[in-house]
Amino acid sequence: MMETAEASSDEEATTVPFPEAWRIEVLRHPDREDPEGEHVSGAFRELGLTPPRRTRVARGVLLAPDYDRSAIDAIASELLADPVVDVVRIAAPGQGFGLGERPGLHRVLVQRQPGVMDPVARTIEDLLVRIGRTPASGTPGIGTYRAFELEGPNPTELELATKKLLANETIENVRIDREDLPYGKPTAQTARGRVQVELLAANADELERISTEGQLSLTLVEMRAIQEHFEALGREPSACELETIAQTWSEHCKHKTLTGIVEFENASGEIERIDNLLKSTIARATHELDRDFCVSVFVDNAGIIAFDEGWDICIKVETHNHPSAIDPYGGAGTGIGGVIRDVLGAGLGAKPIANTDCFFVGPPDLARDAVPKGSMHPRRILRGVVAGVRDYGNRMGIPTVNGGVWFDEGYVANPLVYAGTIGLMPRSAATKEVRPGDVIVTVGGRTGRDGIHGATFSSIELSEHSETVSSSAVQIGDPITEKRVLDGLLRARDLGLYRGITDCGAGGFSSAVGEMGEHTGAEVDLANVPLKYPGLSSHEIWISEAQERMVLAVPPEHVERLLAVFAAEDVEATVIGRFTDTKTLVVKDGEAVVAELGMGFLHDGAPRPTRTARFEAPDVPDPGCPRPESFESALLSLLASPNISSKEWIIRQYDHEVQGMSVVKPLVGVRADGPSDGAVLRPLQHSWKGLTIACGALPSYGKLDPYAMALAAIDEALRNAVAVGADPDHAAILDNFSWGNCDKPRELGALVLACQACYDGALAYGTPFVSGKDSLNNEYRVGDRTISIPPTLLITCIARVNDVRRAVTMDAKQAGNELYLVGTTGAELGGSQYFELEGLFGGRVPRPDLALAPQILRAMHQAISGGLAASVHDLSDGGLAVAAAEMAFAGELGIDLDVGAVTIPGLEPGYDADAVRAFSESCTRFLVEVAPEHAADFERAFASLPCRRVGAVIAEPRLRLRSGSTVLTDLALESTRQAFTGGFRG
Amino acid sequence: MTNVKAMVLRSAGTNCDLETVEAFEAAGAEVALVHLNELSREPARLEDFQILAIAGGFSYGDYVAAGRVFGIELRHRLQRELSAHVARGGLALGICNGFQILVELGLLQAPSSAPEERAFALTDNASARFECRWVTLRSEACAVPWLVPGELMPVPIAHAEGRFVVRDEATLAALEAGGQIALRYVDPAAPNTTAVYPANPNGSVAGIAGLCDPTGRVLGLMPHPERNLHPWQHPQWTRRGARAEGEGLPFYRRMVEFAADATLTPA
Repeated sequence: MMETAEASSDEEATTVPFPEAWRIEVLRHPDREDPEGEHVSGAFRELGLTPPRRTRVARGVLLAPDYDRSAIDAIASELLADPVVDVVRIAAPGQGFGLGERPGLHRVLVQRQPGVMDPVARTIEDLLVRIGRTPASGTPGIGTYRAFELEGPNPTELELATKKLLANETIENVRIDREDLPYGKPTAQTARGRVQVELLAANADELERISTEGQLSLTLVEMRAIQEHFEALGREPSACELETIAQTWSEHCKHKTLTGIVEFENASGEIERIDNLLKSTIARATHELDRDFCVSVFVDNAGIIAFDEGWDICIKVETHNHPSAIDPYGGAGTGIGGVIRDVLGAGLGAKPIANTDCFFVGPPDLARDAVPKGSMHPRRILRGVVAGVRDYGNRMGIPTVNGGVWFDEGYVANPLVYAGTIGLMPRSAATKEVRPGDVIVTVGGRTGRDGIHGATFSSIELSEHSETVSSSAVQIGDPITEKRVLDGLLRARDLGLYRGITDCGAGGFSSAVGEMGEHTGAEVDLANVPLKYPGLSSHEIWISEAQERMVLAVPPEHVERLLAVFAAEDVEATVIGRFTDTKTLVVKDGEAVVAELGMGFLHDGAPRPTRTARFEAPDVPDPGCPRPESFESALLSLLASPNISSKEWIIRQYDHEVQGMSVVKPLVGVRADGPSDGAVLRPLQHSWKGLTIACGALPSYGKLDPYAMALAAIDEALRNAVAVGADPDHAAILDNFSWGNCDKPRELGALVLACQACYDGALAYGTPFVSGKDSLNNEYRVGDRTISIPPTLLITCIARVNDVRRAVTMDAKQAGNELYLVGTTGAELGGSQYFELEGLFGGRVPRPDLALAPQILRAMHQAISGGLAASVHDLSDGGLAVAAAEMAFAGELGIDLDVGAVTIPGLEPGYDADAVRAFSESCTRFLVEVAPEHAADFERAFASLPCRRVGAVIAEPRLRLRSGSTVLTDLALESTRQAFTGGFRG
Repeated sequence: MTNVKAMVLRSAGTNCDLETVEAFEAAGAEVALVHLNELSREPARLEDFQILAIAGGFSYGDYVAAGRVFGIELRHRLQRELSAHVARGGLALGICNGFQILVELGLLQAPSSAPEERAFALTDNASARFECRWVTLRSEACAVPWLVPGELMPVPIAHAEGRFVVRDEATLAALEAGGQIALRYVDPAAPNTTAVYPANPNGSVAGIAGLCDPTGRVLGLMPHPERNLHPWQHPQWTRRGARAEGEGLPFYRRMVEFAADATLTPA
């Protein structure tokens, strides 16, 4: 159906300029519901603005002006509009839609800026070419935009709403009540070839200026080292060489802080000199443990562990914090896209089988005026990152099975986005190599100006100006290109067509080729690199971080077949050079040599800084632990608090079932509303072996005691895995640090303590670290104030379930079953959710007992493997009371719990025993449901360990917390469920 | 093993192909996983197969609209062969994105009708969001001979554009009268009432989850029976007694068994 068949009147065309292109807009039929439009109205309300009387959202397409009208009509009706639900309007080039006078109606047009990836436009363009529907020029010239038509809002509110919810001006063009959308490809022209940088004669100021103006993020010491290197060579560097060094030496690629030298003043005031923090703590633990299931650790794109006969599992978790702060949707999407490529590039490539995503954002109820200048409201950030992960992960066909959201004021200006991927690979694919003579092939997306300086940008602090100066480091992903790469890559891998592979991530080709050829040498000709559009300079091609690209090392005899395999999947694959035996990186652009760098200087030439570190715990008195005014309201408030309450609105937007491997889902129980401790997958059809993915993070503990925080996070990740059936003796963990500015001794001191805890914890639990990543300098400058994030260590656990038929879920199963509390409860509520609720700060932070905890985990695993546990739930945020409530409503069964049965060693004055019992978050504890016939066996399994019967599952739908005969609270199950599920839902 | 050959068709963005292959194999068929590019080169290959299944996923990203680009590709490249497949008695199944593709392709309409005469569509969920959750399907008395009317099947859905809508009441009545309404979302606690959210997860009119063509040979459905082949895939399996298999497996088995018994007229 055509809403208006004819183009605009001449009068309209003379007063307003229109793009020189055909425009087609598709809207929902006015009689149909328009859920997207309703969403926009809802978002107005949330901003405190008067919602429009009506909002319609049109999808607009721009097409080449040399199409004829009949072709445009055909494209509109066949491709763009649905005959049942849509209506279409068409405007000829240089003309409007002729919508006539519509008082009070405003049009807001939002269009991606030139050069920003637009997968919709690309898909339409490709299809029209394939089916031969092209104009005389041969090129459909597709662009897209969205048109919001809003009735009612006043201009001020409209402008605010446009900024806050309709558009992100960092990557999008906006037109309010104007139709002059730009049309055409980016036209910037830059000369190709060698550009010399005058470095040899530069003084300190000039060196710093060269680094800053070039966004190189190199320190003066580093610039001097580079200057000396080129002095010795007797020549000036090229821009391309300087960029290559900057990328390779960036914090993001090199981890200068974790691998540097630290002078640490420990608690007794002694100075410890730590040469390479990473090697001397985290990696050291792995080497000392020397577990036989570790196949490849800390050397490849991802950690690889043995899984089952002939099969390995690999895992990587990455941060994508700074891009997500500026554009949550694009940042999170390209974050997950990047970590998927890490797994595709681990060994010879693994098939991604699961994703995990953790977000740390500001409080959802943050007052609008408390949002720092240049930042977005936490709700907008969270919605954006969830949508980004959803749209990328779902399109890739990878189930997102695990994750978490943490809320804290410290993340208001600097949200954290962690994305992880788990892959499955045959053992034969676990190792790779590069030989001189191998051909360098790039596969996947084309190279554009997008994403230039991602590696160096993520290594500097954000500021209120980041959104304008750093926009080229923000990208939009194109998941279907990556899915094609995945499909082609696994086929080529199984045919044995390549020898080495890595992803093109931070630093683009400069890092990918530079790393692969580190021990050989490489020669690349940039003239062969396929480009999205002309106008890139040589060094831009070399360092662009355009997404969805992989680099392969291919034996010359396989090149032809490899290119054919990718062509069959419609993936572009191109030879761009070869690996040599010269130990030199040579970059040409046609005839010009734009870079020639020794691999030795590139990889080992960076000066190693020495930093000082010192941690002082905040000087706050122990607040004790007061009894709540009412246990009922404390429990309901905890269940409803952002950190504890249901994340169902996020979980259900992710496909967690695709690939058909899901054994324990993220939500479990009768109504599938109980929060599972971990996910269990069964990756191989022929085996009962399963895989658990779980995580732990306790940033609120980190503010008080970073050492205890790290141990508690390890304990939490492991006990989450054990709770669903994992074997703690076949478990591996990953460290992901997001920290403040580590040039500050206190921040670095906290990092040293956390790393030391990682070492101590890994050894105690016998659990090796297999991969990790750090994102430092997470601070935000607004005016002269600096806001730093809480020290945040995310521990991800990947563990084997020996038989998925023994997996357990956390929902209560049967009235009449006994409830046991496993583990020791201590008066340690520092950083707890109860303290957060009561507005208290300080006190002891939970710290696992490293002698006892591993024994408890093993005993718990034995009991689960023996089929003794009907349900198991780990105790974490909110403690025993919250765990019991979740178990009860998930199972639609009541629970009668006598917290008085819980003993607390050494309770001090000022600590209320019942409050501690109900809300303490002491580590290594489980609430376990046991059928009466298994009770004796269960008790025997824990004979020498802390384990106590604390209650029973009852038929009556009530949650009763008692302390002996004193009833603390007696609640209807439904009220606990409502508290848990009633919060912010996106 | 039956003598049935099933082709699972994939293209850029297909992502449920491997579990669909598993389902047909478990149901006794010999399965070939074929890329659209391959089939376009040798369209005659389809003649060797009794079943054509279009697997779920996000073909071409579902950009523009779910299934539209793949649907247009098929119409331009393989319309004749697809129609011939159905005309000679072959079966076609579209799951999730495959259903959306069948709708775009026009294969669920009467053979003579043009694409623009289509009077039903799959559009944005009422929640305006992608949703992944388990639902219960009821098989309806319809033209599909191998569905068992009244049978309930728990299955997951995972889609953003699964809301079945019709142009008008007359369309709905015609689909009903023609035996084209194959599967409905129901509330398992009250399977004979009209389901509301979340039992009807997307706001589909009359709870319609699956539709067949007037011959009953072409069937499309939004949910994923191939994700419920094994007992441990059910969201409440830890609460239930032992089950021999997932409820999705008989769905595929009956289809394959029917195809084994059916005689195909040579092209």
